[in-house]
Amino acid sequence: MDWQPLFLTFKLATITSLILLVIALPVAYWLAFGKFKGRGIVEAVIGMPLVLPPSVIGFYLLLAFSPSYWVGAWIENLIGVRLVFSFPGLVIASVIYSLPFMVYPLRAGLQSLPVSLQDAAYTLGKGRFETFYKILLPNCKPAILTAFVLTFAHTVGEFGVVLMIGGNIPGVTKVASVAIYNEVEALNYAAANQYALVLFAITFAILLMVYSINNRLLRVRQTA
Amino acid sequence: MSDKLLEIEINHSLKTANGTLPMEISLSVPVGSILAVTGPSGSGKTTFLRQLAGLAQPRSGHIKFGEQLWLNTESAFNLPVQNRRIGFVFQDYALFPHWSVRANLSFALDKGAGREVIDELLQAVDLVELADRKPHQLSGGQQQRVSLARALVRKPDLLLLDEPLSALDHSLRASLQDLLLRFHRKFGFTMIIVTHDLGEIFRLSNQVIIIEDGKILKQGTPAEVYLSDQDISEGIIIYGEVLSCQKQKENLLLRALIGQHIKEIYVPLHMADDLLPGKSFALRYNPGDSDIMLIKN
Repeated sequence: MDWQPLFLTFKLATITSLILLVIALPVAYWLAFGKFKGRGIVEAVIGMPLVLPPSVIGFYLLLAFSPSYWVGAWIENLIGVRLVFSFPGLVIASVIYSLPFMVYPLRAGLQSLPVSLQDAAYTLGKGRFETFYKILLPNCKPAILTAFVLTFAHTVGEFGVVLMIGGNIPGVTKVASVAIYNEVEALNYAAANQYALVLFAITFAILLMVYSINNRLLRVRQTA
Repeated sequence: MSDKLLEIEINHSLKTANGTLPMEISLSVPVGSILAVTGPSGSGKTTFLRQLAGLAQPRSGHIKFGEQLWLNTESAFNLPVQNRRIGFVFQDYALFPHWSVRANLSFALDKGAGREVIDELLQAVDLVELADRKPHQLSGGQQQRVSLARALVRKPDLLLLDEPLSALDHSLRASLQDLLLRFHRKFGFTMIIVTHDLGEIFRLSNQVIIIEDGKILKQGTPAEVYLSDQDISEGIIIYGEVLSCQKQKENLLLRALIGQHIKEIYVPLHMADDLLPGKSFALRYNPGDSDIMLIKN
């Protein structure tokens, strides 16, 4: 069995989740506590990947990344990387596609904390940023873990978007889900089964781990 | 107390269950005194406290603490909460759950401030031995002491307390009231405490305001506000909570919790609809005639 697609899948999922964690924390904070007009628009845009067919997102990203169109050409000029059919392109697409899976649990976690915790920190002379990373973040660990793992798992399960903009280049864009599709197309069911089984087992193990850790964290909190 | 004043003028619109109400509070309190704020729930007490702290901003207003301007909406000046030397004791204590008692206090230290104050305060609130525990390993009274000590780390000019003792039983209340008075004598801060407890108002405060529907209904020393009241001159007011009631011929036998004692009172039957188990009430009793009137429930 060729392990490369699996390796690529987990590399993509790890990088995507780490980038998203950095991007989503301020966004989630802003959505949870910010007072601004047009919140509905921002929320709708972030939530789009939840409901849109992946092929729609993939199609527009394909247009955006393609050097035959001005956006893609402009990006390629700017950063010197061709995004379409490349690994960096996959990462960017995955970040966009998995954004709600990171933002929503983080926002829910932040909102579930008593407001008085923030207020108390402010009355003790602390600013927003210090309050955020010293008080709020440590107290929503279960939400951070959930968000990270959901994002990771969602990226592992990506298929449509990847196929549209990444294609099927071994070692570059051929992730496990695409490899399974290829093997099935070639009527090579045994190989497809191997990939599928590994994905199945690893995904289950990850979710099991998260739920046990979260349950433990919640139990600690409930005995509080 | 000094000649300096805490001057407050607040105009706001208060969002309540029955729509919005105009909130207008104008008041000055001598710096160093203790003001009790009382009134029915939803009348704007907590909003008032949060606006003083700088956690919320009134629609318009002016707050000055001694020489220092805290808020002047006309000139769009609003001193951020972080810079108004205040301490705030929250109703739910708001202790940081991931930190020990000591870490909760240390967080409040300003940069470069000496750490001795932490040990002093831990000693004063009798929590030295529990300093390494997390908040959830403490009782309610202990948590309240941590929250009070934490609010005092920065040596605030103004200590704001939002019903800090409401969740505690009577003996704990009394000891925390002692502690508050001791701290007040020691540090000389101005103190504003929201409370429903009449005993507490008399015990702690020099001044009391009753806020109702966003406005000051009465204001003065506790004696002026409560003792010169017509209700008093006409009889005795008994505050209590109904435990059970039973009809007996023309009367209603009321078993009620009055202070810490269960008492039996016979009241006229027409009050039966208003007095139900679990309800709190105020009865006026005239020693001169045997009439008992229900004045609040």
